[in-house]
Formats: sequence, C-alpha cells, structure tokens
Amino acid sequence: MVVIRDFALQGMQMLIVLLLSPLLTGFVRKVKARLLRRQGPPLLQPYRDLIRLMRKDVVLAESASWLFRVIPYIIFAGTWVAAALVPTFGSGLLFSWSADLIAIIALLGSARFFQALAGLDVGTSFGGIGSSREVMIASLAEPAMLMIMFTLALIAGSTQLSTMATYMGSGVEGLRVSLGLALLALIIVALAENARIPVDNPATHLELTMVHEAMVLEYSGRHLALIDLSSELKLLLYVSVIGCLFMPWGISGAEANPPTIALGLAAYVGKLAVGGFLLALFETAIAKMRVFRVPAFLGAALMLGLLATLLLFVSRSL
Amino acid sequence: MRGITFDIAHMLAGSLVLVSFMQLYQDRLYALLNTFALHALVLAASVAWQAFVQGAPHLYLTALIALVFKAIIIPIALHRIIVRLGIHREIETVVGIGPTMLLGIGLVALAMVVMLRVTVEADPLAREDLAFALSVVLIGLLMMVTRRNAVSQVIGFMSLENGLVLAATGAKGMPLVVEISVAFSVLIAFIVIGIFLFRIRERFDTVDVQVIDRFRGEAR
Amino acid sequence: MVVFALYGVAVLLVLAPIAVALGASPHGTSIVYGTSLIVTLILCTIALVCLFEQPLNASITLPLGLPWLGAHFRIDALAAFFLTVVNLGGASASLFALGYGRHEHSPQRVLPFYPVYLAGMNLVILADDAFSFLVSWEFMSLTSWALVIAHHRVSENVRAGYVYLLMASFGTLMLLLAFGLLAGTDGNYAFEAIRLSHPSAVLTALVLVLTILGAGSKAGVVPLHAWLPLAHPAAPSHVSALMSGVMTKVAVYGTVRILFDLLGPPAWWWSMLVLAIGGITAVMGVLYALMQHDLKRLLAYHTVENIGIIYIGVGLALAFKAYGMPVAAALALTAGLFHVFNHSIFKSLLFFGAGAVLNATGERDMEHLGGLIHRMPQVAFVFLVGCVAISALPPLNGFASEWLTFQAILLSPQLPSWGLKFLVPAVGALLALSAALAAACFVKAFGVSFLGRPRTPAAAQAQETDSNSLAAMYILAALCLVAGILPGVFIDALAPVSKAMIGISMPHQSDLEWLTIVPIAESRSSYNGLLVFVFVTLSGSSAAFAIHRLASDKLRRGPAWDCGYPDPSPVTQYTASSFAQPIRRVYGTTIFRAREIGEIPPPGATAPARLTVQLHDLIWDTAYAPIGGFVAFTANKLNVLQFLTVRRYLTLVFTALVLLLLVLAIWS
Repeated sequence: MVVIRDFALQGMQMLIVLLLSPLLTGFVRKVKARLLRRQGPPLLQPYRDLIRLMRKDVVLAESASWLFRVIPYIIFAGTWVAAALVPTFGSGLLFSWSADLIAIIALLGSARFFQALAGLDVGTSFGGIGSSREVMIASLAEPAMLMIMFTLALIAGSTQLSTMATYMGSGVEGLRVSLGLALLALIIVALAENARIPVDNPATHLELTMVHEAMVLEYSGRHLALIDLSSELKLLLYVSVIGCLFMPWGISGAEANPPTIALGLAAYVGKLAVGGFLLALFETAIAKMRVFRVPAFLGAALMLGLLATLLLFVSRSL
Repeated sequence: MRGITFDIAHMLAGSLVLVSFMQLYQDRLYALLNTFALHALVLAASVAWQAFVQGAPHLYLTALIALVFKAIIIPIALHRIIVRLGIHREIETVVGIGPTMLLGIGLVALAMVVMLRVTVEADPLAREDLAFALSVVLIGLLMMVTRRNAVSQVIGFMSLENGLVLAATGAKGMPLVVEISVAFSVLIAFIVIGIFLFRIRERFDTVDVQVIDRFRGEAR
Repeated sequence: MVVFALYGVAVLLVLAPIAVALGASPHGTSIVYGTSLIVTLILCTIALVCLFEQPLNASITLPLGLPWLGAHFRIDALAAFFLTVVNLGGASASLFALGYGRHEHSPQRVLPFYPVYLAGMNLVILADDAFSFLVSWEFMSLTSWALVIAHHRVSENVRAGYVYLLMASFGTLMLLLAFGLLAGTDGNYAFEAIRLSHPSAVLTALVLVLTILGAGSKAGVVPLHAWLPLAHPAAPSHVSALMSGVMTKVAVYGTVRILFDLLGPPAWWWSMLVLAIGGITAVMGVLYALMQHDLKRLLAYHTVENIGIIYIGVGLALAFKAYGMPVAAALALTAGLFHVFNHSIFKSLLFFGAGAVLNATGERDMEHLGGLIHRMPQVAFVFLVGCVAISALPPLNGFASEWLTFQAILLSPQLPSWGLKFLVPAVGALLALSAALAAACFVKAFGVSFLGRPRTPAAAQAQETDSNSLAAMYILAALCLVAGILPGVFIDALAPVSKAMIGISMPHQSDLEWLTIVPIAESRSSYNGLLVFVFVTLSGSSAAFAIHRLASDKLRRGPAWDCGYPDPSPVTQYTASSFAQPIRRVYGTTIFRAREIGEIPPPGATAPARLTVQLHDLIWDTAYAPIGGFVAFTANKLNVLQFLTVRRYLTLVFTALVLLLLVLAIWS
C-alpha cells in the first residue's frame, strides 16, 4: 500500500511539473507585459503554442543528421527526469535516492551538451554563435552551481535534494552568511541557465543578442515544441530548487496524507507565483548585458559560491 | 550562543563583504557611487543593530553619521564633482575584473586565517565578524591599488574606513569622541582630495592617474 | 600466476624479431597484432584472477639483472588492477590495429616495437625491485620513442621525438635518484626491503618531490607536460591511444606505489603538493585543449586534464590517510583509481576514432573536416559515446568517477589542517571548472569534425573504417556504458587495492538494492546509474512514441533556414577556432596572452581579409625555453674545450689529479 502510494506520488510529481511549466512561462510573460502597460498574451498561450507546434510538419535542413532529430527527445528526457527528482510539494519522492543534486546538475549539463551539438549540426554560423556562447556561459555557470551544491551539502550533511529540503524545512539552521551567499549565487546561475535577461533575451531574434534561440534556430514542428517544453521545464526546475531549499514551508514530508499533500501543492503554486512575479519584475527592471560582461557576472556567482564554501570549511573548526 | 540577534549581526557583516565585492565588480562610475552608498547604508544598519544588541545608545549616533555623511552627502557630492569635472565615466582597471575578484577572495581567505589564528580564545561569532571587517579593509585597499581613476581610489579609501568602523563597533565599547574625530577627519580628507582633484583637473585636464604619471616621468 | 604473466611477456618480446623477419609482408601486420591481442587478453584474465582471488605465491625472483639482487616480480592487488588496465588497453589497441595497421606505410618501423612496448609496460607493473622497475621504465620509454618517430619524414615528428627523449631521460633520472634515496646506503633495492626501512622526514620529502617530478613527467602533470602534446599525436593512432590511455596510467601506478606503499605513513603536507598540482594540471590541460584545432593534439592535452583529476583523487586519499580517516581515504583512492580505468577506456576510444578519421580523410586538422556523421556514421556514433563519457555526463562512466571524487571532497571539512581547509574548496572549484570546460572542448571536437557540412573534398569523400577497428571501438563504448551503469561492481573490484594501500576498503556495493552505490552512508548520498539510464531512455522513447502517435510524425527536407540567408559555401560555418573564441577571450587573454589580429584591406582592394590568432605557451616560454637557451649558451662557452693545445689538455688532467689527491688528503 505504501509502495503504491509512493509510486502515485512520484507519478503525480512528474505529471505536475510537466503540466505546470508552460503555465509558469505564461504567467511570467503576462506579468512582464502588464508591467510594460501592455495586455500581453493570455495565460494559457504557451499550451496553445505547444499544441500548434506538435501538429505541424517538421522541416529538416538537408545537412541535418539523425542526431539532430534525436536530440530534442534526449533534451526533453534529461530535463524531465531531473525535474521529476526535485521536491515540489512533497519531499518523500520514491526515486530521490537514485540521483542527488550533483546528478541533477549533470543531467541538465548533458541536455545542454546535446543542445550545443544540435546548434553545430546543420552547419550554419548562427548555430555556431549560439553553441559557442552557450558553452562559454556553461563553463562558468556549472562550476558556480557545483560550488552552491557544496555549500548546501555541507550545511545539510547530504547531497540528496529531499534530505536537504527536509533539513532546511526543519528550521535547525538559522540565517547563515553562507546560505545568503549561496542564494544570491543560485539566483545568478538560474538566470544564466534559463537564458533570462540579463544574460540572454528569451524573446529576441537578433543574432547579436541571442544564445539559446540561435542554437534552436533550425528546429521546427514537434522538435521545437519539445525543446520549448524542455526550457519551460528547466525554468520550473530552478524555481522549484530555490523554493524547496530557501522557502521550504509547506512541503509535505515522509508522512504524506491527502491534507498535507494539498497543503504542499497550494504552497508550491504560491512559491511558483512569487518566483514568477519576481523574475518578471527583475527582467523588466534591468537591461541585457553585453556578451562579454556575462563571464564577469557568472564569475561573480562562482566567487560567491567559493566564498560560501570557504566560510563553511573554515567555520567548522569554531 | 546562537540566537536570531547574533545571526542578524553576522548576516549584516557578511553583507558588507558582499557589497565590497559588488564594488569590485562595477565598471561604471555612477554605479560605483550607488554601490558605495549601499555600502554605507549596510554599515549604518549594522552599527544600529549593534547599538540595539549591546545597549549602547551612542552607537546610534555613529550609525546616523554613517548614514547621513557617507550614504547621502558624500555620494551626492562626488556625483556633482564628476559631472563638473567631466571625468571619464568608465573605470579602467589594472587587471581584469575577474582576476580582481579572485584576488578579493584570496584576501578574504587571508583575513580569515589571520583573525582565526590570532584570536583563539574569543567568542566564535565575534572572531568571524572581525575577520569580515578585516576583509572589507583589505578589499578597500585592493580597490585603491587596482583602479586607475582617482575617484574610484577615493571610494576605495572610504570603504576601507567603513571596515574599520565595523571592526570597532563589533568590539564592544568605542567612545563617541573617537568616532566624531574619525568622521571629521574623513570629511576633511575628502575636502582636501576634492580640492586637489580640482587643481589637477585644471592643470592637466584629466584625473587619470596614468596620464599624470607620464608627466612625472614614471610612465607605465 | 606471476610465472604465467612472465611467459606472456616473453611471448611479446619474442614477437619483435619475428616482426623484423616478416617485415613488410602482408601477413606481418595480422600476425603481430593478432598475437599481441591474444597475449594481452590472457594477461588481462590473469590480472583479473589475481585481483579477485589473491593467490598466495604471487611473487618470483629470476636470476637476471644485478647479480646480488636478481629480478623480483610480484602481482599484488595494486599491480593486478593496473595490469588489467594496461592489458585491456593493449588488447583494444591490438584489435584496432588489425584493421588500422593495414594502412601503415612503413610497417617495419612500427611492428617490431609495438609488442615490446606492451611488454615493457607490463614489466614495469610486475617489477618488485627498483632495478627491474627502472630498466622496464626505460624500456617502455625507448620503445615508445621509436614508435613516435616511426613517421620520421615529417619534421615535427622528429622534433617531438627529441623533446620526448629529453623529458623521458629527465623522468628516469628523477626516479633513479628517488629509488637511490629509498634504497639507502645499503643499496637494497628490493621493494620488500624498502618497505621495511624507515627513512628520515627530510629524505621522504626529497623522495616525494623526485617521484612527482619523475613519474609526474611521464604522466604529464603541468609544468612537465610539454612533451605530451608533441609526442602523442606524432605516433600512429593505436600507439597514441596506448601512450595516452595506458602509459600515463603506468606513471600513475609508479606514483601510487611509491607514495602509498614504499614511503610509509604520509605526512600531511604531501597531499597539499599533490592536490595543488592536480588542480592546476586539470584546468590548464583543458584550457590548452580548447585552444587546439588538431584533433589528436586536443585529445593529448585533454589527457593532461584527466591526469590532474586522478592526482586530485590521489592527493585527497593521501590527506585522509595522513590524518587517520581511512573511510574517506578509501573513497578518495577508489575514486582516483576508478577514473584511471575510465580514462584509459574512453581516451583509447577517442584516439581510435581520431585514427579512423585520419585514415579515411588524411586530415588531423578539425578545420578541414566536417559532416563526417553522414559519411562515417558508426565511427561518429562511438566517438559521440566517447565524448559524452569524457565530459562526465550521466549515465556513463566519466560521471560515476567524478561523482565519487566530489563525494570525497565533501568529506574534507573534517581535515584539521588550515592549509588543506583553504586548498580543498579551491581544488573543488578547479575540478568543477575543468569538468564544465571539458564538455565545451568535446562539443567542439565532435561538432566541428563530425557535424555540419564538409569543409574539404577529403572530408566529403570519407569512407567508413573496417570492421576490426569498429569492433574495438564498439567494445570500448559498451564498456563505458557498463561502467557507468554498474559502478558498484567496479568499486568492489577496487576493494582489494584500497585494502592493501589504505587498510580498509569502501563498503560492499554489489548487494545494495537496484545496484545503487552508496559510498558512505545512505542518508548522505547515493547514486544509481542504471535507474537514471532507464528513466532517461523510458521518458525519451515514451515521449517519442506518444508524439508520433498523437501528434504528427511527418517530416520533409528543405534548405537550412539560417535566418533567411542560407549560404551554400561550407566555409561560412563555425570552425574550431571560432567556436573557441568566447572561451579564448574569457580565459585565454590572461593565461595564453591570446590576441586576435584582424587585417581588413580597405574597400576596393582585392587582397583577402586575414584573422590571426596569436597564442603564447607561457609555460614553455618561462620554463623550457630559458633552459634550452642556457644549455646552448653553456655549450657555446664550453666549445672552447675542443680546440685546446696538447699542453692545455695535459694541464687539465694534471689539475684534476691534484684536486682529487687533495680531497683524499683533507677528507677524513
């Protein structure tokens, strides 16, 4: 009975992240539009976009290979599995012990690896621009994320996300400088990884300003739908990670009965709304950086993560 | 004893180090001024919190001085000077911003090692706060050393002084007269520097230290 | 058991004159490589049996070499593991060469030395006394040097061989001094005797430095790495795979043997040296690799990075052992040795792929390749598996060993030393940075060579390689997947090694449910490669199935969109240098003093625009070039000695004699 319940919970988690991610993106776009005194697209527009794209034919470039066709599925699979292992409404995920935070970061890294390969596959210079800039950003964002992971793992005593979320939620730790630094670094890394302003403009189509959009320029139809869904999932994943680690209120623990699950779900939707609103506010208030200012920005995140880890190593002896 | 009060004090000291790093990161002069104002604001908040925790009302005056002078008056005055002198508004650094921040991290590590070695018997949180204060001082010095623009060197000097104030308030019992004299000396130093900047600008049409060095025959 | 191993080595040695006799005959290649394949497979089986069973009579003394010493040979747990690695690499290289070697222009320069090279590497690991160790080490170096200059008509190969010979001699000299200090004034070179001796702290410090210089130069640590990217690409591809994937591991064996076994209990500062060197090597290696556009040179520089990662694991193990934390030490050592195994597999795989490409197109330069995924689909597939494995992406094996290394780093706040408290997080950051940069490097390597459109006619007309080479590559790719999905099996296989070196081994992994690995405690961390692989495959295929059924599955081809400006010329694609440009700008301006000089002629002029990228190898300029300059200067000054009169020569002899007599008189 317990096993069935755990299976059901894990399945529910996988479905919920899949269903809520376009809603989050729609919400962010709506808030950005409203802040700019526009009406903005309806909240459910990303769903309509995905369905429309799925039904269309795929137009494949003549020089594209089999890898180009397989990559959207690989990216989607990697991102979905990673998102399914992040505690959203409940931390007692059945398979959380199979992949810890390092594995989740690495799964997102392999999605990015294949994304960069897709950019190079057709043999145009746009794809090359996107891939080369993406790997430059990744070469700093991933170490920063790993340093943040070190900080959190040293504080919580484990690299499993569920254990970390439970630990943070128990309120044993007060405010700590390392946690503050880690939060700041995590926000910077989340902005960079999700191709948000100030690192990349998700709404642009000018080659001088795009990174992510340049890599997926040649994709169409169901492939493009999968890639868009994967980026929406990634945004949801990062907001969920920030939520479960730094705002761990309401997450149902190991004893998951329907009232706690409902509370967890409500709390989760609230965290998504807050996160989406703040993201939209931030993106509207700040301008996009020049490409070669981004390494300094991400280098700052790496330094903050390193400083946070250093402080933890040093203060252990006190 | 760990309580929420000590956590907040610790957090404010850590935020001061963070804002020092933000100062290192800036490459535009107005943004640097705003960051310095934030630096002074965080210092004022930290000193005010110490006044509340230690029950030392004269520290409130220190916080007020830091707030009024360093967070409001000095940034506005420097802003006016920059506009009047038409100073070049990009900050040229000696090494890139990345290596400068790396040096900053090294300095924080150094400050921690020194402080934790020297003050073995003290309370753990006080030791970390002292280490943070020393880091702010060292990062202020680093800013003075790695910037070519005279205004940014002045700001480095003032954030160094902020670090000293943080250290002094962290250790309980700093008499008010010392703080007033320190504040006035800073004000006077600032006025003198301002006058010199005017003179230099009149003479050489620039305040870029590199250009001035060339006149002194010590070209890079 | 050792006797059988020695018989195998003897067969390999006997193959050399047979190869000379067969010379350029068409069957010579098949006979030599086929026999090597069989012998290395047998040796590998022997090594695996020794690793798992640990037979008692695992040592032997032969009446060769020094008369009062003899030649000791032994297989203990550490030797058994490294023998497995060496012979697995040797077997795959021999299988690959069965196909690749047929394209060799001058087989008589390669065939005699190849089995002897394999024999030399095996002998180094089997050796149980310093003399046999050093003789086998030199043997290994000399045969590989002969293989490096096999294509001697290319001038850069000759220069590569020269630099390699110099560095190899330097390395052997350092090891000679190290063993001399270890053996002490009695001159007892057997390893058993060295284990029992207790040298002073100063002596052990000297031996440590000499070992790092000697074995490290063969492994390729920075700054002793300069020969590696010259020599490894110059050799034929299967030999490059052996040099990068296997010989560097023999050097790691030397380091581990001396540091963990022969030197006795470690001091805490040893680990600082090894960790610092490991971290710097990892980052510098991958940054160098990113700047290359020669495929084999890129792979050779990348070996430097992986050696850095292995040294980080070894350094952590030393630190934990010095402070009496055996559980953590076992984890760190297992992580490092697991990476030894993984690297030998995927680096060999990648070099084989590069060799196949070289054979098919005649090009090593990535900027002359492109679009090979259409012409050589199988090679592209296995090369992709190798790239994914080396970039430490789940669920393959590179990620498993890197995950274990990170877990070891997370245990290090318990170390009491201040220096280590600051060094280990910095090394952790360097490790994370090198992992991310490695992924960038291999996106470039695979993307520019195999994807896109062909940039030269040679690339447009490439053909798929033969089945032997493909078989070798497929086997290695399958091993990458197996090691990534079942890391528990490999951790348990390494348990006897860590038990011998540290005292305890990691907890037994194989009987955990679902084949998870739990390095320390379940509450702390766990990883299940099999489940991750199953989940990813299931979700990907179910998504594909659902979409193809419920939405559309239609597809048509058209010209590339390219924002509405499709360019038919493949020259407009990104090249290797352009792909690396953002990273070059971020990291290379300080580390390599990278400068881009663009010459754009004025409008109307017919001259082409030119972009030149200038890179300075600062390590070569500051460390190697001054030494070369100094040697040349001294040689010039000393040249005077060639032209003295007879009287002057007699004066020299007389002065030397008088000095020696004086020394004898004064020294009591």
